[in-house]
Amino acid sequence: MFGWLRDHGIIERNVILMAVLTLITISIGGLVQIVPLFAVETTIERVAGIRPYTPLELRGRDIYVREGCYNCHSQMIRPFRDELERYGHYSLAAESMYDHPFQWGSKRTGPDLARVGGRYSDDWHAAHLRSPRALVPASVMPPYAFLDRRLDVSDIQDRMRALRIVGVPYSDEMIANAAADLAAQATPDADPSGFQSRYARARQGAFDSNPAMVTEMDAVIAYMQMLGTLVDFRDVTPAQLRQP
Amino acid sequence: MPTKIEKDSVTGQETTGHVWDGIRELNNPLPSWWLWTFYACIAFGLAWMLIYPSLPGWRGTSGWIAREAVVADVAAAQAANAPMMARLRDATPAQIAADPDMRAFALAGGRGAFANNCAACHGAGGQGAQGGFPALVDDDWLWGGSLDAIQHTIRHGIRNTEDDDARTSLMPRFGADGMLTNAQISDVAEHVLSMVGRSTDAAAAARGQVLYAENCAACHGDRGEGNREIGAPRLSDQVWLHGGSKPEIMAMIRNPRLGVMPSWQGRLDPAIVNMLTVYVHALGGGE
Repeated sequence: MFGWLRDHGIIERNVILMAVLTLITISIGGLVQIVPLFAVETTIERVAGIRPYTPLELRGRDIYVREGCYNCHSQMIRPFRDELERYGHYSLAAESMYDHPFQWGSKRTGPDLARVGGRYSDDWHAAHLRSPRALVPASVMPPYAFLDRRLDVSDIQDRMRALRIVGVPYSDEMIANAAADLAAQATPDADPSGFQSRYARARQGAFDSNPAMVTEMDAVIAYMQMLGTLVDFRDVTPAQLRQP
Repeated sequence: MPTKIEKDSVTGQETTGHVWDGIRELNNPLPSWWLWTFYACIAFGLAWMLIYPSLPGWRGTSGWIAREAVVADVAAAQAANAPMMARLRDATPAQIAADPDMRAFALAGGRGAFANNCAACHGAGGQGAQGGFPALVDDDWLWGGSLDAIQHTIRHGIRNTEDDDARTSLMPRFGADGMLTNAQISDVAEHVLSMVGRSTDAAAAARGQVLYAENCAACHGDRGEGNREIGAPRLSDQVWLHGGSKPEIMAMIRNPRLGVMPSWQGRLDPAIVNMLTVYVHALGGGE
């Protein structure tokens, strides 16, 4: 039946034939990976509430990536009942549509963080990041007390421009006001009107309980507290969750 | 280049014609078990693609979709628990605690809900944590340890911005707002320590007693007995939320740290709130 396979010598002795067949084989592998990307837009659910990260949240996210949090924490609630009972609604593609790169992760040494926003108080996050075992004795998470240092905000506009190139809809107004918005979010008493008009329902606060200085701790906690909170699932219909 | 295809005299197998230093390469076929496993994998992959939604636009012949499967899964679990959950939803915590069936269900379910939602702050066994996270296993309650009081606290939370019925109270910032001098704060702290017999400076404690009566007694009571109506902690015991050393007490008088607890009534099913109420009440300190 497979006798013709014994004649691989023909392919081995003919470099042109070898090259053509190699090209065909690689093309199949490439197409399998590339073609579905043309349909990726159709997999993003049309749900309300998704907005780009605020400048403070964006810096918090950058620190999350810098510290390699994704090595131990996923941000992807899979559609299984046990995950839903523990973490909440399964993650939507829309919820990470402005993530470059996405932080889905594949390793859960710690819990999934896709819906950690609003679950704990700011004080809890600050105390837990400074000394995880003070709150969770069995935790193996390293302490991040060094995040209590001034946040470098000098390049915030460049960071937003870079994301705009890859498709995050930061407007000129958002980029122009980036530094002011960042300071406003970290200052509980700041006038919220401009900031709130650009980033709907974003929460202001002295996330690390020190309103005098904007720290990396502020940024990380602001990011933690918005994770998974953008979509109000009471307003989402089953039809919106159907992917074609 | 291959020179000569010939039969190997030992195995009877054809050679490839490749020779290196007199060693000839046999043209053995792939082992048939390997080859057939390989073909089986390809067949499995094709069948899988046919049955499941594998390509954009292809829904598969089975009609199985993960997002719909999980909805059915959750619905089945809810249906299985529905009769008991309905009873727990309508019952008061006192009725649940008095009914053996409901109580057993509430303690088992409350344990899981506690581990998922409460343990991060209050500890896996309700032992609390340093830094203002109260223990729930003792009888030293800030806002009350009766079933109804616990239920109210879980439902509405404490000092959060999301629930209008949240328990709330405010301790003035005696130091940060300049109401008391540092020396006066030290005296008051000395008086607080004297309530539990740990004062080391009787004169300062006596001065502090006057200041305490003027500034603190309205909420914390004349003898530091506390007031659960407003969550003012009892000072005359040895249970400290933010530490019982003199510097820690002074820091709390200077610039108090006010604990925040989220409101759970919008996040958790009312039946689960009731289960948690009974569970927390049973941890050891229930009144």
